Amino acid sequence: MNDDANLGGLAWHLAVLSLTAIGGGVVLVAPDVHHYVSVQNHWLTDEQFAAMYALAQAAPGPNLLFVTLIGWMIKGWLGAVVVTLAAIVPSSCLVLALGTVINRHGGGEGRWAGALRDALAPLAAGMLAGAAWTFLSVAGAGWRGIVLALAAAAAAYSSKLNPLWLIALGALAGAVGLV
Amino acid sequence: MQDARVGCWALFKVFSHMAIMGFGGVLPFAYRHLVERTQWLSAAEFGQLLSIAQLLPGPTICNLSVMVGQRYAGVAGGFSALAGLLLGPFFIVIALGVAYQGLVHHPLFVNAMRGMAAAASGLILATALKLAVGMLRGTAKPDAQGAAGGAGLDLARTLRWRRLAQIVLLVAAFIGLGVAKVGLITVVATLVPIGFLLFAFVWRKA
Repeated sequence: MNDDANLGGLAWHLAVLSLTAIGGGVVLVAPDVHHYVSVQNHWLTDEQFAAMYALAQAAPGPNLLFVTLIGWMIKGWLGAVVVTLAAIVPSSCLVLALGTVINRHGGGEGRWAGALRDALAPLAAGMLAGAAWTFLSVAGAGWRGIVLALAAAAAAYSSKLNPLWLIALGALAGAVGLV
Repeated sequence: MQDARVGCWALFKVFSHMAIMGFGGVLPFAYRHLVERTQWLSAAEFGQLLSIAQLLPGPTICNLSVMVGQRYAGVAGGFSALAGLLLGPFFIVIALGVAYQGLVHHPLFVNAMRGMAAAASGLILATALKLAVGMLRGTAKPDAQGAAGGAGLDLARTLRWRRLAQIVLLVAAFIGLGVAKVGLITVVATLVPIGFLLFAFVWRKA
């Protein structure tokens, strides 16, 4: 808990960011949120920030709940609620506004949507890799952490194993001192 | 296609269920519940809504829940589905936060969290890899009909350029967001228009 933290500023920041996160899901806001929360304002340490994402991955439900945890760490229950709403309400309202059109006419097939999809595929892949790099560099696990992350990526890429097992194996590797 | 049988409460319940089941990602469970169990959507409709949900800003699964909810019960339905998706996991995640606060002074726990964080970033990397490989496969081989025709050589050249452009965009996005840290808004505002213009006008699909 941080009594001086400016919740309104964080909420506004997240609302704008979540409207910008296209193509790759909410993980894309992570580098900016880390900069705002840990580098600029020192509300959370690097390790806490990385831990919040890992915890949200270990829980069921949408990954966006990592921002809920960040809000909770900073301002308790109020922080959790405000930050969650800031991350989902603007984009949901946009979807509702467009939804009438989508449900009536369909969408996503034409030339413009095709070009947008062609552009977003490489950008999402690159931005996701950038977000992964951010987490890895703040987790404080050094080169062994990079090896573990690459191993987890290879396992997740080449098998249909539930990601939860990989998270658990990562925790085990950390607990026994491998990372 | 409004369906009178599906109300706000039913939407809330079905989305709550899939969210609580959704360890390691809700999307596979969304498919199982929406297409196989309730049959609210056909597989084709699910695919179409999902691709729109990915194109729109915001969390993909939340966008999908709002679209499905709205289709069956209007704006209230959209919010019911979204609330179902988030309410249960919200409390679970906070319970994990409480546990974290309680254990954070144990060295063993701190070490375990460090390993978890590294594995979690590996999972993000795997998603990036899947997207990149899918994208390169899509542009790697010219489709048979086009190549057989007289325009085959031109088409192959266009595809090569498209692939090169996609790789450049991928690397630029990685460096911008991850290494140079110029911020998401700058990355999206610069690279999305560039990519869109390239693929809409210069190297568009035949």
